[in-house]
Amino acid sequence: MSTIVAVVLLLAVVAYAVFGGADFGAGFWDLTAGGADRGAYPRETIEQSIGPVWEANHVWLIFIFVVLWTSFPEAYASITLTLFVPLAIAALGIVLRGASFAFRKAVITLRYRRAFGAAFAASSVLVPYCFGAIAGGIASGRVPAGGEAGDPVASWINPSSIHAGILAVAAVAYLASVYLVWDARRLGDMAMVNYFRRRAIIAAAVVGVIGVIGTFVLRADAPYLYNGLTSRALPPVIISTLCGVGALVLLIRNAHRGARLIAVVAVAIAMLAWGDAQWPYILPESLTFSAAAAPSGTLGAVLVVVVLAGLIVVPGFILLYTLHQKGLLPEEGVDDEPAIDSERPNKARAKQI
Amino acid sequence: MSATLSTLTTILQVNPVPWARAQMAFTLGFHIILVPLGVSWTFMTLIANYRGIRHNDRDALTLAQRWSKYMAVTFAVGAVTGTVLTFEFGLLWPRFMGQWGEAFGVPFGFEGLFFFTEGIFIAIYIFGWRRLKPWAHFWTGVPIVIAGIFGAISVVSANAWMNAPAGFTLDSNGNVVQVIPVQVIFNASMPWQAAHMVIAAYLVGGFLIASVYATAMLRGRRDRYHYLGFLIPFTVGAIMTPIQLGIGDGLARWVYANQPVKFAAIELVPTTSSDVPETLLGHLNADGTVTGGLPIPGLASWLSDPSTGKATVVQGLDTVPPDQRPTIRETNIVHLAWDIMVGFGTLLFLLAVWYALSWIFRRRMPQTKWFLRAAVVAGPAAVITLEAGWVVTEVGRQPWIVYNLMRVEEAVTANPGVWIMFIAVVILYALLGTTTILVLRTMSRRFRRARSFTDLDTPYGPSLLAEGASTRAEEPVG
Repeated sequence: MSTIVAVVLLLAVVAYAVFGGADFGAGFWDLTAGGADRGAYPRETIEQSIGPVWEANHVWLIFIFVVLWTSFPEAYASITLTLFVPLAIAALGIVLRGASFAFRKAVITLRYRRAFGAAFAASSVLVPYCFGAIAGGIASGRVPAGGEAGDPVASWINPSSIHAGILAVAAVAYLASVYLVWDARRLGDMAMVNYFRRRAIIAAAVVGVIGVIGTFVLRADAPYLYNGLTSRALPPVIISTLCGVGALVLLIRNAHRGARLIAVVAVAIAMLAWGDAQWPYILPESLTFSAAAAPSGTLGAVLVVVVLAGLIVVPGFILLYTLHQKGLLPEEGVDDEPAIDSERPNKARAKQI
Repeated sequence: MSATLSTLTTILQVNPVPWARAQMAFTLGFHIILVPLGVSWTFMTLIANYRGIRHNDRDALTLAQRWSKYMAVTFAVGAVTGTVLTFEFGLLWPRFMGQWGEAFGVPFGFEGLFFFTEGIFIAIYIFGWRRLKPWAHFWTGVPIVIAGIFGAISVVSANAWMNAPAGFTLDSNGNVVQVIPVQVIFNASMPWQAAHMVIAAYLVGGFLIASVYATAMLRGRRDRYHYLGFLIPFTVGAIMTPIQLGIGDGLARWVYANQPVKFAAIELVPTTSSDVPETLLGHLNADGTVTGGLPIPGLASWLSDPSTGKATVVQGLDTVPPDQRPTIRETNIVHLAWDIMVGFGTLLFLLAVWYALSWIFRRRMPQTKWFLRAAVVAGPAAVITLEAGWVVTEVGRQPWIVYNLMRVEEAVTANPGVWIMFIAVVILYALLGTTTILVLRTMSRRFRRARSFTDLDTPYGPSLLAEGASTRAEEPVG
């Protein structure tokens, strides 16, 4: 049963990376969009794109924590004891990010918007870096078992962590740009389509380069993971790479819909490859998933939650995304475009009121 | 260089226990103010929304829409401060989570489910005003209400488990080897505590929102819009007060029977005795005597078990060794917090009685300025009551993090740098709190300047705009 829960945990991490990660990535493009005048246009697209869904995306993280501490409490204790600093920074970054995004939409004055926007964007980069560094620390076997604290500094300032941190920032920026291309197209904004398409192509190339560098870093610094990635987890690594290249080709050829899908698949499979390579360890070479697992009663409860989530949350999530994609959840901000729906028949609605 | 390093090491060698406790208390105390808004505001918004659609009431509709926009801000702040708590369980109390996570953590699995649902539907509700059909939009708000209630119950269930740990088996080394999730979730303290918190959420949320509109009415904005904005939340809060007194009484009796040491701290009972007075204020001294305050003879005994009346024996603090009960200082904190909670709660109840009597005999809310002034104070007072109640249950449990099973200092992180995070958190939260209030005020001013719907704000499509915008103020009630 611990295997099933481990898979659930990995899938939750993938979901957070793919959905929540794109939100962080949007923050990266917000940060690099330039001054208030030049950057206003892309920022608007970014806000339109992530507005309604960011809070729901955020909950994946909480889900990861909950699964971790209920199902693998020993590993959770070790991780939080060892990686105190990056986790604390990530926590504060999340406060700064979520709050300033909400605040930014609520205020009009440029000065305040700028301040909140900067806080939002900076923390959007900081948080994925920290999560990447945490993942790097865990994957390179720097977190000891037994609820013990490892090195409080070297556990997250080391080649694997730095590499994974940068990779995380690049990957979420890549995902976000691919999404933004699609969203800009949905809004019929060709200027922004080209704007984000250029960035998506650059980001794809950057992620590729970082990935190649990663093979050297991991070989020297995280041998267990490296061996896994080059043997058992080699097929997913190859598939992920092919998807990444495919997405790049589709982006260049202006096939955004396919690019978006394949880009997500590439990132998701890369994450799965990580999990596969690390298996059977939750903390490589010191603690396996099955040894860290909670009693079966707890694991059963977690699986019940997962099933209920499938029945309640997934349909809700699909509903939210569908409504959002159909443009039925327009921005409620202050600098909104005048009602776009004037051509839509409203008589039926009026009658109901 | 080495001198700097050693100085740095000395700075870092700070006992983490008080800092971890302070940080947990501070962040929870901050988050708990947002909880009532998250749990109950949607319900009140839906009342206004329902009225707006059903009776074609433009004021109610405006109110519902604006509330949902405020909610977007408070919900976001609540979500991030709640996420911080999730981090803190591990960052501050890793040994607690490592030892008990498999049991304590279970309710959070369900909480996650409800929070997810809440997050999804609040997004749909907030952003769905213009493009969804009115009733469809109304119904997207209902899951938020349900998820809010059950989410609160789940979190409180975990807290109740710390007071009444159940549903697990330990091996000879004290490790959890078997967990029965149902018993964890439905632990003995859970029904009382959960009911107390959910009712508190509606009570505090109601009075807090009403106090804003009471302020506006005192400043002369006595139009129908503000009247509705007062009436809906205040009525909700007022209805909750008698219910809360009953549940609070039941919970206190549960504590009397199951956490006698906490109860002794609450009632300031140094030694086991009958005919225990209910001491209002007053404090416990280091030598075990109680001085000051106003003792009401026999009342604590009588309240603990009315069937035996004044003869009811109340267990004293000295029945357990000093290291297994709250310290003198903690005892005094618990007792004072208790007095504040009960005192303020009673005053809020009396205010509700005033309101109810006016409705019964005059068919309208009290018209005097004094009532509105009291209603203004009632908002912050309700928040203080909530905080005080939380202090009673948390400090009263000391020195245990898991009642009679794990002490707080056994649970804490070994990380000596907690104080740095604490300072960072205090600064960040101070900014966060101030900004939240400023942003809400800015929004309110902007709404007031707009006076009615603008092009951008029209709920349910622009066709209503033409007939609604200009006549909103004097439009008849539907």
